[in-house]
Formats: sequence, structure tokens, C-alpha cells
Amino acid sequence: MRDFSYLRATSPAAAREAAALPGAMLLAGGTTLVDLAKCGVAEPATLVDISHLKGLDTIEVGEQGARLGALAKMSQVAGHEGIKSRFPAVSEALWQAASAQIRNMASIGGNLMQRTRCPYFRDPANFPACNKREPGSGCSAIGGVTRGHAVLGTSEACIAMYPGDLAVALVAFDATVHLGERQLSVDDFFLLPGSTPDKEHAIKPGEMITQISIPASAAARRSTYLKVRDRQSYEFAAASAAVGIELEADGRTIRDLRVALGGVATKPWRARAVEEALKGKVLEEDAVRHASLLAVEGAVDHGANHYKIELAPRVVARAILKTGAMA
Amino acid sequence: MTIHDLRTRHGDASDGSADQVGGRLSRVDGPAKITGAAKYAVEQQLEGLAHAVLVESTVPAGKVRAIDTAAAEGAPGVLLVLTPDTIPPLKTASDWFGTPPPDVPYCPLARDIAFSGQHVAAVVAESFEQAVAAAALVKVSYDEAPAVADLSDPKAGDGIAIDMMTKEWGEAEAAFAAAPVRICAAYNTPREYQAPMEPHGLIAAWQGDRLTVWEPSQWLDGMARTYAEWFAIPFENVRLVSPYIGGGFGSKALALSHGAVAASAAKMLGRPVRLVMSRPQTFTGYGGRAATRQTVTLGADRDGKIQSIVHRGVNETSMGGMWVEPLGSVTSVMYATPNFSSKQNVVRVNSVVPGAMRAPGENPSAFGIESAIDELAYEVGIDPLEIRLRNYAEQDPHARKAWSTRQLREAFVAGAEAFGWARRSPAPRSMRDGNQLIGWGVAAGTYPVRRAYGEALVRILADGTVEVESSSIDMGQGTYTILAQTAAETLGVPADNVVVKLGDSRFARAGVTGGSRLAGIMTGAVHKAAGAALDHLVGLAISDPRSPFHALQANTLVVAGGRVSSPRGDGPEVSIAELLASVGADQIEAKGDTMPANSTAEDRYKAYTTIATPLTHTDGDYSRHSWCAHFIEVRVDEDFGTVRVSRVVSALDSGRLYNPKLAESQWKGGIIMGIGQALLEEGIVDRRHGRIVNNNLADYLVPTNADIPDIQTISVGIPDPHSSALGGKGVGELAIVGVAPAIANAVFHATGKRVRDLPITLEKLI
Repeated sequence: MRDFSYLRATSPAAAREAAALPGAMLLAGGTTLVDLAKCGVAEPATLVDISHLKGLDTIEVGEQGARLGALAKMSQVAGHEGIKSRFPAVSEALWQAASAQIRNMASIGGNLMQRTRCPYFRDPANFPACNKREPGSGCSAIGGVTRGHAVLGTSEACIAMYPGDLAVALVAFDATVHLGERQLSVDDFFLLPGSTPDKEHAIKPGEMITQISIPASAAARRSTYLKVRDRQSYEFAAASAAVGIELEADGRTIRDLRVALGGVATKPWRARAVEEALKGKVLEEDAVRHASLLAVEGAVDHGANHYKIELAPRVVARAILKTGAMA
Repeated sequence: MTIHDLRTRHGDASDGSADQVGGRLSRVDGPAKITGAAKYAVEQQLEGLAHAVLVESTVPAGKVRAIDTAAAEGAPGVLLVLTPDTIPPLKTASDWFGTPPPDVPYCPLARDIAFSGQHVAAVVAESFEQAVAAAALVKVSYDEAPAVADLSDPKAGDGIAIDMMTKEWGEAEAAFAAAPVRICAAYNTPREYQAPMEPHGLIAAWQGDRLTVWEPSQWLDGMARTYAEWFAIPFENVRLVSPYIGGGFGSKALALSHGAVAASAAKMLGRPVRLVMSRPQTFTGYGGRAATRQTVTLGADRDGKIQSIVHRGVNETSMGGMWVEPLGSVTSVMYATPNFSSKQNVVRVNSVVPGAMRAPGENPSAFGIESAIDELAYEVGIDPLEIRLRNYAEQDPHARKAWSTRQLREAFVAGAEAFGWARRSPAPRSMRDGNQLIGWGVAAGTYPVRRAYGEALVRILADGTVEVESSSIDMGQGTYTILAQTAAETLGVPADNVVVKLGDSRFARAGVTGGSRLAGIMTGAVHKAAGAALDHLVGLAISDPRSPFHALQANTLVVAGGRVSSPRGDGPEVSIAELLASVGADQIEAKGDTMPANSTAEDRYKAYTTIATPLTHTDGDYSRHSWCAHFIEVRVDEDFGTVRVSRVVSALDSGRLYNPKLAESQWKGGIIMGIGQALLEEGIVDRRHGRIVNNNLADYLVPTNADIPDIQTISVGIPDPHSSALGGKGVGELAIVGVAPAIANAVFHATGKRVRDLPITLEKLI
């Protein structure tokens, strides 16, 4: 047996202290960690159980925005009335993620820590080369089966796709992740692979996600999450888009626009070029489709994932048009 | 007329009472399954149970250079580490035809590697977790050799011609060359996997030279034979137990090397050993459906009448094994053509030997011919349904025999009516709903009636209840239920009073549950055994001086609702229990089988433990098949290329239905699996490693509920006395055949794009 020690944290402070130990990992819903341990990818020396900690699972939504406790379940956030009315894209991203069973177990904080589904990353026995697992060992995916790999934000070291949905919506609406004393924008929380694909998150030893806050905005209130995939349910995105729009009083000119992409990049991908191209413009189909092409500026394919470069702008365009048509 | 009326008018020949064949009795094993009371093979709690975990090759070809087991052997809880050098050699077993094996040792762990994922070692430990951890410590080094990754590997070549698959009549090539309309296209299907909910696994336990194996099995007697031959013990010394099976789809019919490993470990340790494949191992531990390629050329008149079919097929097999997926099977029977040629090759690749998966052969075969005729329909401008009727085969064009029954025309008519086919707008891309392009497609399917033998024991107990025993199995298709109905009807007792016991090789024997043959065989065997038991009961009642009926001097008696009376209604009426008590009998037992009367013990052994059956679907005067027609609507997002099936109407001819509720459920299961095949399922090979990379159920996609619309099935069958004792034809495999081409045809109608490579994923349409 691969032995590990199990610590039941008595407080957030104690949890952070324990998390600073070498090889320590925090355990909340366990839906990612247990899975990765079974694959032989995660080999924690110490599991620090925080799942029972009080006060970390609250969901507050008000005029200023939303505060999501790190231990709130995906399904609780998805079904929260305030989230549904003020941040529909957040709720929709969660409903379209994973399965009902996983949403009932998985925590919001753990969701941000979800790791890639790259099959080479997940199979150490057969594919020893993986820079994300073993820095410097190489990348098995490049030159291999790449249908599900990223076309944006890749590097020579890693092309693994960020698979999540929630964080795509969070990035679109400038959410902040709270790490105890420190706060980071969710956009900055996720790191590009560059030459260090093993470092996926800007979290330091001894830090713990306690809360995610999302500022209120008109764009967030009028928002949607569109996820496109071969299977209707329980599949990662081929391409997805979180979009929010604020229109001028004329009801047709775009005052504010938020666009983020999922399923195509190595991290949740804010498409600011699309936003800038359309702000101040009249919302109409040709302009939207044209501007949406900017979403994949700089994209690089690896053969079988080329379709994502075609697909992603169409998903963005549909999401903008759909959101624009919302009452 | 409602659909329900249609169902009862056709395949359901009885009045629909649940106590009779043809009634809609719910699954009798259902409550046990949904409450968890049903104990599956590896759930047995045995004293001293040890746990085995397999170590697999990580290279696709080469030789094992060395296996370092030191770390694993020193790991906590480890009892045994098995390698090719330490596992005792077994005897080579005969194949499923019963071919005598070569007298060479069999080693279930490989030194010579022919595919990635081959079993090379195993670790046995006190706990499953200890075995998993120790297995990861086994270090195997290889001398790697070049591999042929898959069918499209440039090194794969043209393969080996399988001459016995050649079917030819007329002058196919010449007629094609002379035909005014010519269609020629290549159709490909990828590796597909059975993906049963219950992974493969077993518990093996020895008592002296007797072996008991709890293992999900579609063929207890066949697997028992293999275990017996491996370990050189008498067939009777092996007991296979498999009362419940969590899905087989063809993959659980044979004893496989992992079973030999577990049984060897159990023997070495003198303890029961459990071995369960991990989900990834189920993609390499045994074969799924072989990847296939077909070229179909159709020569036709301008009015769409086919003059020639030239068909060439290729499927992949393994380096050491031989699997032939009969790709010309539907091609040669579906349409009338004066000229025909079908040939097939197999190509060796470095994969596990492919295996049976729901309608092997017919399924990919139909994708070829049923796509090609759709292409012909557009080429000549004839409705896809009309062209099928124009080329309707009035007899088996290959065997040149009359159909036993062929309600395919009725299926086309009933399906088209229920679907509303007449409202179809013929041109591609002519139906839409916003961003959704709508397409309607049709395709036919067929599956031969495979026949073999079975036996059953029927026992009337002192309390009047009835037991039925058979070593056949129920993997969800409803054997428990229909055999209870058969015994109930034959004996005149309520189905509630019948207990069916299956899945134990000590029971009366049965052949393989595959090829959709079991229901037809076993209802016949139970009908016969129950009839014999009834004769025995009535005989006692008439002849025994202690019987209340003795004085009547009747020739026969009536048994209904579990009560015995005279046909004229005079004399007493007693329950079966009272009758048995009166004559002092504690039970009545009768065995029945479907074997020829003069069969020897050797004939029976061969009939139940091999597939060398003398009964083909074209024996005698008739050609016997089930038939179906699928009408399918798809919605294709014009921007995204995503395909969703929005409506399915299928009309099916499975002859008489023993239980329409369960038959409909099986048909729907086949249709759902066909939707998965059409849109989602594909084993993706990393060519560099010769390995399936999506070897789990998150990445190998099967349909979810959200992918499946309401499915309407219509039975158009009529009892077929040439196919089975009670008039049924095959159910389980039929309905998957033709679904994928119906969807591909609908996608063409929606988009104008012809996708000839399954699955139809979104990148093929954007």
C-alpha cells in the first residue's frame, strides 16, 4: 500500500499550516484528488481533510456581487437563486459540468484545482514522459492523439487543455480567488504552461482557497454559458464560451462585453480582443461573427484538434447573439 | 389503431396474460437487482479471499527482457508475484469449435508481446489495495520490436484473404462496368468496445482437484470446458457460477487469460482468489469490435434497380489470433441482385484479438450496404424508402431459398406510417429549425436466426411450486422471466409460482448465449421439459389408486391456475400440492432438451461446450432471419456540427415475441447502442505506442440519457415455426443493425455531407 497520513483539520488556520508540509494536499470533495490518486498521478504524503470545516460553504449574493465559500458544492452554487438571477453564466457553467453525482460532491474551491484530462498526463505507467507530471521528461501528447488538446496558450512543453467550465465564467466576470491573506484574480490564478507546466495555479504551499468573489455587473446579469460537445451530457467541452453583455439604452449598442473560452486553451481564456472589437458597436450578426474570429488569434493546432480553431469563434458568436437576444 | 394494438396484433400471439408466453410480465429478477440483493460474481464473500491484480505490457510488440519482482514481493501483504517464469504451465485448451488443441503448454502471462496491455505478470495480496500498490512496483523491461498500430498503419498491408467468406454469383464486375448508374464508396468503422457496466473478473476457488469459478459468463459450459482443459481435470470437476451478469454484449462468452491467472493463483495459494479488471484493462484485456473497412460498389439501372454489388471488406485481427468479422453478411441478403461478389481480408495488427460485440458482422456490414443504397437513391433521384422496396429480395438471393418469414416490407410500411415519412422533403438541407438542420434517414437491418441446443429441468415441488433449472444465463435480456412464463403456460400454473434458476454449470446444460439464440432454444427446452413433467403429473393423477381422479377413468386432466380438474368439469378439483400429497409424491421432475432423439453423450457435450452446431440459418428449405427498419430524425447544428438524434421509430420482425415488454426493451437497448456507435464510440489508437488512449468511460463515450430521445418500436413479426419451437426469431442483436447507417443517412439529408467514417463527430461536419 502506498501509505499516507490523514489529518483532519480543526480550523482553516490549522489546515493552512498542515498544507505547508511537504507532499501535503487538501481534501474537500475528493472528486479530482481521489481520481488522480487512482491513476497514479497524485501521490500525497499527507491528506489534510477540510471537508467538514464550518463557515466555508456559504453562498452570499448581494448588490455588490457574490461570495462563494470554497466548500460550497457545485450543485449548491448552480442552484442558488441569486446566482441564477445575477450570474446566469456561472450557474449554467456548473450545470453543464460533470455529472449530477460529481456536482453534489465537488467543492467550488476544489473545482478551481481540477487538473487536465490529457490522457498522457493521466497514465504514468504507459506514458512516463509528461512535463506536467515530471518536469523535463518531455510531452507525450505532442505528436500523439490530440483531439482534446489546447490550441491556445500552449507551449513546447505542454499542450494540455484546461477542462473546467466554472472558471471560464469566473474569468469572464473578473472574479477573485481568496487565499487567506492574499487575493488574486481568477485569471491570474491560472498559469500558462510555458516551460513550467507542472505549475498550474499561483497558489503557494500553506495557502488555501477560502472564497471566490464575483463583482456584480450588468454584463454578468445578462450572461450565458454555451458548451458544445459531441455528447449531450457528461463530457468536457469541445469549445465553450461564457458571455455577458450590457447594452446601451438604445437596446442595440454594446456598452460592455465579456467573453471567455473553455475547451480550447491551457487555462480559462479571456477573449479581450473580441470584447474590444465589439464594444460601442451595434449588436448585429455579421459584426459579431467577424469579431468572434479574434477569439482564436494566435491559435496553434496539433492536427486532430484543428477543428477547435474553426469551432470556437462560432461558439463565441452564437453565445453573443443568444445573450444579446435575451430579454 | 394504436401502437399497442399493433404490438399485440403482431408478434404477441397470446392474449397477453403475464402467466403465458407472449405476456408483458415485468422482469422477475428486477427487484433483486434494484435492491442490491442480487449477488454478482465477484461479490461472493469467501473465507481467506486473496486479491490478484494484473501487470500489463506497456509496449505493443517485442519480448519481455526481464521482470524485477523484488520490490513487489517485499511489499506489505503480498502473497505471490506471478510471472511467465513462475506461473505453472497449463495445457492448451481447445477453441470454441472444439478443435483438438496442440499438445503444447499454455502460459497465460506473456513473454512475447503482441499488443500493449497484454498480461505479463500478476500480484496477489491480502487486500485489493495492497495488490494494486505492489503491481505498480513490478518492473518489466522489454526488447521492443516494430509494431503495426492499426488498420490504417502504412505497415498493415492488404492482409490475408479469407476464402470461406467469398460469396459470388453472376458476373458482378462486368455487370457493374455495364451499369448506367454506378456508386462506389468506402465505409469505415473504428474499434468499438462492449463497455459492460460490470467489468470482467472472477473468484476462483479449489477444493482438491475441483475448481469453482464465480465469473460473469455468457456460456458456462463452454467456459467450464476451457478451465477443465487448462488444468487437465474432468469437465465435471469445474463448476461455473454466474446467476447475474452486468452486461456482456458478446464479451463474456469465453474463458480468458485473466481467468487462468486467477485460477492458477488460487491453486498455488490454496485460497480463493479474486481478480477484477480495472476499467482501462477492459479495453485491452479482451477484444472489442474489430475496426473495419468496406468498399461497396453498386451498379444500377436509372430506375434504381440494382444490377450488381461488388463488396470488399477488411477487418483487423491480432498478430497471433484470428477474428473474422463477416462484413458481407447483410450485403448478400438484403437486396435482390443478379450479380454479386463479396470478398474479405483480415489484417494483422498489434492489438488484442478482437471479439464478438452485438451483431458482429451484420452491424458493420449494414453500415456499408445501407449507406451505399442511400447514396444510390440520391444518385437516381428516388426516395430512399422507395428504392429499398424496388430492390426487395423476395427470396434469399444467396442461399436461393424462401424466407421462413420476412416481414421487412411490413416493417417499412408500419415504420414509415408511424414516422410520417411521406412528409419528408427530399432535398438535402431542405428541412430546418433555426440553427438546426433536420434530416430524416432510413435503413434496414437483419440478423440470422442461429439455432443450437439446450436442455432444461422442470421440477414440480410438493407445495405446487415449480422450479426450472438451466445452465443458460440472463445478462439482462429476460431469460428468467420468459422461462417462468413458458413453464407457467405449459404447466398451467401462475408465473409467480415458478422459480427459475440459471447460471450454474451443475444445472441442465446449455450452449453459448450469443447470436440471439438463447430465447428460442430455451423456451423450446423448457416447453418440452414442462410438458414431460405435466404428462408425468397427469399420469400419476389418472393411474395412482390414491389419486382423487383415479375413479374418473379419464384420459387426461386439465391444469389451470395451479389447480387440477377433469376436462368435462365433473369430479374433483384440487391443487397440484393436494394432488401430490394424495399420491405420496414429494416432487415430479422432468428433463427436456432440443437435441435429436438419438444423440449420444458425446454429441451433447459437443453441442453444449462448442459452437460446432450443425444447424445453420439456411438448413432445409428456408432462410431464417430477423428483420428491421429504422426511421431516424437528426438535428445537426449548422455552426457546430453536433448531431442529436431527435426521433426514432423502428419496426421490427423478431417473429413471435415471448414477452413484448422485454423484447421492446432489448430492441431499445440495441438502438441506443447503435446511436452510440453512430455518433460517439471510437477506440483511439496512439500510433506511436500502439495503444488505445481513451480507455475509460470518461473518454470512450457511450450515450447518456440526454442523448436518447423517445424511441418507438413496433413489432411486425409473425410466429415463425421454422425458426424456433415457439415461433420466435432473434431479438437481442437485431435492433442495433442498421441504426448507424440510418443516422448517417439522416445526417446526409440534413447537411448534404456524406460521412462514411464512424463515429460522426462534430469535426466531420463543420
